[in-house]
Amino acid sequence: MSATATADQLERVDPAALRGEVGMVERRRRRWLPFSPWHLFLLPLAVVMLVPMLWMLVASLETLDQTRHFPPILWPGTLRFENYPNALRAADMGTWFWNTFVVTATVVLSNLVLCSLAAYAFARMRFLGSKAVYFLLLATLMVPLQVVLIPTFLIVKSLGLIDHLGALIVPNLANVFGIFMLTQFFKTLPVELEEAARIDGASRLGILVKIVIPLSAPALATLAVIQFMWTWNDFLWPLVTIINNEGAYTLQLGLAQFQGAHQTDTSLLMAANVMSMLPMLVLFLLAQRYFVRGIATQGLKG
Amino acid sequence: MERVRRALTSDHAIGWVFVAPSVLLVAIFGLYPILSGLWLSFQKASLLSPVREFAGLENYRAIMDDPRLKQAAINTIYYTVLFVPISILGALAIAIALNRRIRFIRFYRLAVFIPVVTSTIATGIMFLWLLDSTYGLANWALGGIGLGPFGFFERPSQAMPSLVAMTIWGWLGFDTIIYLAALQGIPQELSEAAAIDGAGRWSTFRNVTWPLVGPATLLLVVWSTLSALQLFDEVFFVTKGGPLGRTSVVVFYVYRLAFEQGLAIPLAGYAAAIAYVLFLVVLALALVQFWMGNRMVHYSS
Repeated sequence: MSATATADQLERVDPAALRGEVGMVERRRRRWLPFSPWHLFLLPLAVVMLVPMLWMLVASLETLDQTRHFPPILWPGTLRFENYPNALRAADMGTWFWNTFVVTATVVLSNLVLCSLAAYAFARMRFLGSKAVYFLLLATLMVPLQVVLIPTFLIVKSLGLIDHLGALIVPNLANVFGIFMLTQFFKTLPVELEEAARIDGASRLGILVKIVIPLSAPALATLAVIQFMWTWNDFLWPLVTIINNEGAYTLQLGLAQFQGAHQTDTSLLMAANVMSMLPMLVLFLLAQRYFVRGIATQGLKG
Repeated sequence: MERVRRALTSDHAIGWVFVAPSVLLVAIFGLYPILSGLWLSFQKASLLSPVREFAGLENYRAIMDDPRLKQAAINTIYYTVLFVPISILGALAIAIALNRRIRFIRFYRLAVFIPVVTSTIATGIMFLWLLDSTYGLANWALGGIGLGPFGFFERPSQAMPSLVAMTIWGWLGFDTIIYLAALQGIPQELSEAAAIDGAGRWSTFRNVTWPLVGPATLLLVVWSTLSALQLFDEVFFVTKGGPLGRTSVVVFYVYRLAFEQGLAIPLAGYAAAIAYVLFLVVLALALVQFWMGNRMVHYSS
């Protein structure tokens, strides 16, 4: 349907082009400025986009008194790096990081394995009910968590997972988006290699592991970073399932609580916030192309 | 024996083995909640007590005369009407600007994309500080050009527009990436041909670019509307529905009913009914948008 048309359109886009390396429109025009007039739009835009982060960074290096000042002190003079260790001491941030890491790592790994298996079956095998099952899976993409929050909560509760990290892990072990994305990708791979291996007597699993997976590194990396982002940043689901156990707080949950407790201690709060964002930002800078590709493909999810 | 062996090695068996874990998980956590939620919406139930009572259509009838739900619905629509067009048109303008080979373009793109990976909580903390009514940088900067001072999240009339501004900051990069992908799918010959035919910038945009990014626009309209109608995290964390209930949106109201008041009082069934109605509205709206969009949008190739 329409979503697929857009999907195809997006699929054809080279991620290098999205990052601004190749193939962009360039028009030769008479210059009325020593630089492209687009800078007049883009520079203020970039400033507006970056200001919230820079302002957070500045506040995280100020004293509390400096943050309580109007007009604001734009540069503190001496930088107070103590805010960072102080923030780590003020709350159990280590535990939050560890919990978030455990949940995210498990969910990402499990998705890579389970989605690959399912996607390979959907892409290459014909088995009883495969089309119907695939359609049914896709249909669940239409239903966002917000509207099935209560029944999903009740299921997780009946499994006895409330207040455990398992509540954050188990329901997310296999994501339909991942299955869909990998199925689409596997279908684009040339089938001849696999056929040759079949004739040589390789099993389906052997083909998947030895031939298909190595060819799919970019798609798997894309799935991994997108899933990482979803899990690392998730707030609503931890909020409803981790109720009475601070030992199972994730970073987002802990931060929200930290904000409530240290509302007026701006420099401490901002230091905590900078630290919470760092892993995600580093990953983004390292794997920007996969994020961009993943978001462009997410267009299919609607 | 031979037949058994063939059945076991055929794609029927191995296919199901491959999909079984995923299908099982999705069935339990994706499909089953949809049905059990429907069942729950016909009951009087609380989240923590096992006692349930069949209530027929009572929950659905209650939706009609719930003034606070009505307020939440109005707030949700207000948010959606502001958020969807501003974010999409803004993203298109930005994507067009970012779609050139000029100096610093990678820096500009990075600046627009970075908020996409920032969590709602981190964004909320940054904006609560930026838009602080007493010490905020925003009031200082706006004061410099003679505007304000604003109360932002603290003033009933400004809270929702402030939320819109904050969420647009977080979403722009996402929409922009989708638009950039669509723009780069446009064959360069087309805009060159338009230029040779003497079309100006506006005319090229109107007759070449806009129709060709049509599918992306449709997708973003549907998707942004979906997510705008389900706004929750930002409201929960930043405004708590206030001031004076002016930012209480539907999902936030449902959350409060079920997970705050409904833990003891049997309101979970009612909350599930509201969620179900929201689901149907969202689904119907998406279908209408796709149906209308498909009649207007031109698909190339």
